[in-house]
Amino acid sequence: MRFPALTALAAALSLALPAHAADSDIAQIRAQLEQIKQAYEQRIAALESRLAQAESRAGEAVRTAEASAARVAAAPAPVAAPASGFNPETSLILQGRYLRAKDVPGRTISGFWPAAGHDHDHDEGGHGGGKRGFSLDHSELVFAANIDPFWRGQLMLGLLDGEVEVEEAWVQSLALGQGMNLKGGRFRSGLGYLNEQHAHAWDFADAPLIYTALFGEHASYAQDGVQLKWLAPTPFFLELGAEFGRGAAFPGSERNKNGSGAGALFAHLGGDLGSSHSWRAGLSYLRTRAEGREAHFEDVGGLEAQGVFAGRSRTVGVDAVWKWAPDGNPQYRNFKLQAEWFRRSESGTLDCLDEEALGNACAGGVRSDYATRQSGGYLQGVYQFTSNWRIGLRHDRLDSGRRDFGDNAANLAVEQHRPRRDSAMVDYRWSEFSRLRLQFARDRSMLGVTDNQVTLQYIMSLGAHGAHKF
Amino acid sequence: MRTLRSLLLLPLLLLALGASPARAALDILATVPEWAALAQALGGEHVRVYSATHALQDPHRIEAKPSLIARARSARLVVATGAELEVGWLPVVLRESGNARIQPGQPGYFEAAAQVRLLEVPVVLDRAHGDVHAAGNPHVQTDPRNLLPIGEALAARMAELDPAHAGAYRDNQRRFAERLRASLAEWERIAAPLRGVPVLVQHRAFPYLQAWLGLREVGALEAKPGVEPGSAHLAGIVARQAAQPARMVLRAAYQNDGPSRWIAERTGMPAVVLPFTVGGTPEATDLFALYGDTVRRLRQALGE
Repeated sequence: MRFPALTALAAALSLALPAHAADSDIAQIRAQLEQIKQAYEQRIAALESRLAQAESRAGEAVRTAEASAARVAAAPAPVAAPASGFNPETSLILQGRYLRAKDVPGRTISGFWPAAGHDHDHDEGGHGGGKRGFSLDHSELVFAANIDPFWRGQLMLGLLDGEVEVEEAWVQSLALGQGMNLKGGRFRSGLGYLNEQHAHAWDFADAPLIYTALFGEHASYAQDGVQLKWLAPTPFFLELGAEFGRGAAFPGSERNKNGSGAGALFAHLGGDLGSSHSWRAGLSYLRTRAEGREAHFEDVGGLEAQGVFAGRSRTVGVDAVWKWAPDGNPQYRNFKLQAEWFRRSESGTLDCLDEEALGNACAGGVRSDYATRQSGGYLQGVYQFTSNWRIGLRHDRLDSGRRDFGDNAANLAVEQHRPRRDSAMVDYRWSEFSRLRLQFARDRSMLGVTDNQVTLQYIMSLGAHGAHKF
Repeated sequence: MRTLRSLLLLPLLLLALGASPARAALDILATVPEWAALAQALGGEHVRVYSATHALQDPHRIEAKPSLIARARSARLVVATGAELEVGWLPVVLRESGNARIQPGQPGYFEAAAQVRLLEVPVVLDRAHGDVHAAGNPHVQTDPRNLLPIGEALAARMAELDPAHAGAYRDNQRRFAERLRASLAEWERIAAPLRGVPVLVQHRAFPYLQAWLGLREVGALEAKPGVEPGSAHLAGIVARQAAQPARMVLRAAYQNDGPSRWIAERTGMPAVVLPFTVGGTPEATDLFALYGDTVRRLRQALGE
């Protein structure tokens, strides 16, 4: 009775084992085992030599430790890191200033749609730091960490009295590969060069005029949406990007709709020239729509009127930055030249209203066509001549261009202006975490006003060591 | 006609580039020249190595340049120092590259400092002490003995990423380690008189070199790491020279020569430029020449 069972076992074994385990296979397995053994012996020998090294170094370390009590020479014994080891990188940026400027009520850039909209208090603070005298700029609090092997997240809060603003809150892909990079959430658009930079990374105390004219007090276009970038597999830098989002920010407006409210496209090209020069150039395009975008105007008789725009807005821009550092070592001396230029075209309708019943030219409301084509840009250079000191010059130039208000041209004062501003700054840094800046500016952005401004500003960052983009 | 011909030639050229054997090589992006040299020594003809920096650049202060992002895009392996040396630029380069294979935590990301025991690990993390590195001093390459474990781990990583040439990487590593051990004995013989010699350093860049050769650091010209030397601090060092005399002042090739020259002029001690990495001096053409030249320059300054 046993034989059938044994036969079955043999049959099962012959199935499980390779049908013909020849001698050559056995020899191969032996050779592999021998290899593994050798590899382990080598590793053990290497570990022993490391141990011996570590011991000799530990001996040296005792002497080093005597030289400096603030340092310990040997690594601390490995202890299980507490859960707080997973806390995100945190950094905090403190900024404040003293500003000496003319007292101009309702400060705007003449000839351009006031991006602050209906807000009367625009000049009383905000992110442009328009307050005269001593003031605190918003403090920035940043949290960032890898979420898992696939995603990274970052939150950036702007803190000011009674106000916490989510400036950016996004997740970014880490594992897409093929040069793809996906970002989702609220982010600063990849338009232009300066748009992604926060105020603490600027080389001047304020943003270029064109950024304020195009995007309002934050001097940056941000939106809630998604951004997809693709880096070409080329020896030089070529990056293409597309964004879709809510489009609630100026020049668009909140529109309560499904689908995308704003789209942006951009391309960046860059590289090195020798070891001392590097550059990046870009093209960008933003397309969005606005509904009920409101701003204050003056009517032909000098009375206040309200203008409400509905229509489409398109912005194109070019940007370029070139950096020089001797032998590619920017620590002691370096120079940075950057320029950007934008043109915005808007078309739609303009409703002129008399909301406060002042009896202005638009009493009862007048609707007309509205078409504008406006442009502007800046050129700036910053030279660092020792490891602590930098000087910089900037020229801003805007053109109010074509402003066609249709029938409302007869009701509203249509200002034509070419705003100009020249700025010079000198700054000192104690370390890469602290900076003090003095800036003089001759601001002719308002029709008939020449404002000589003096700004003294500090920017300090504490916490995790952030890495900045080029 | 000519444009037509060049239009026809272009795809052919691209095809030829794609088919060239260089394409099969393991693409390595090293952050600093010493790891580029090590990767080249271990990889031989099976790797294509690009160094993000050269010896005259301060490795702490590199920018996330577009050219580096483009390089990272095609890299199969990034060899970094780690220990926060590249914290100001490498994270941006890696994230912007859109290359999933070289992100920290992936096999394509290698940190040299993680393979050795670090010195000068701060007890207190406070920037009042300057730009300190939380993990310890990252300048591990100034002790050639560190190249043994680093080279071993790097060769293993290269073999993991490129199994077809695993044998070649192992053989190269064995040969490299043998030659290094032989050279170590020679360098240590030449450097024997340096044991116990008191030195000043411009930046605390040499704790591993000091540990190897037994040099005794009695002061640093940078009062705090990453903060440029101030005149009051330098004057204090000169004043201390009487009580605690140093024999020479050391600086890395990428650093400004002003502070160490100032000290040298006032005290009469020699200011020694050390290559610090491959290419830092005309003589330091590869890893072996780097340490040979370092030892030679130190001995020369000792003048015995």
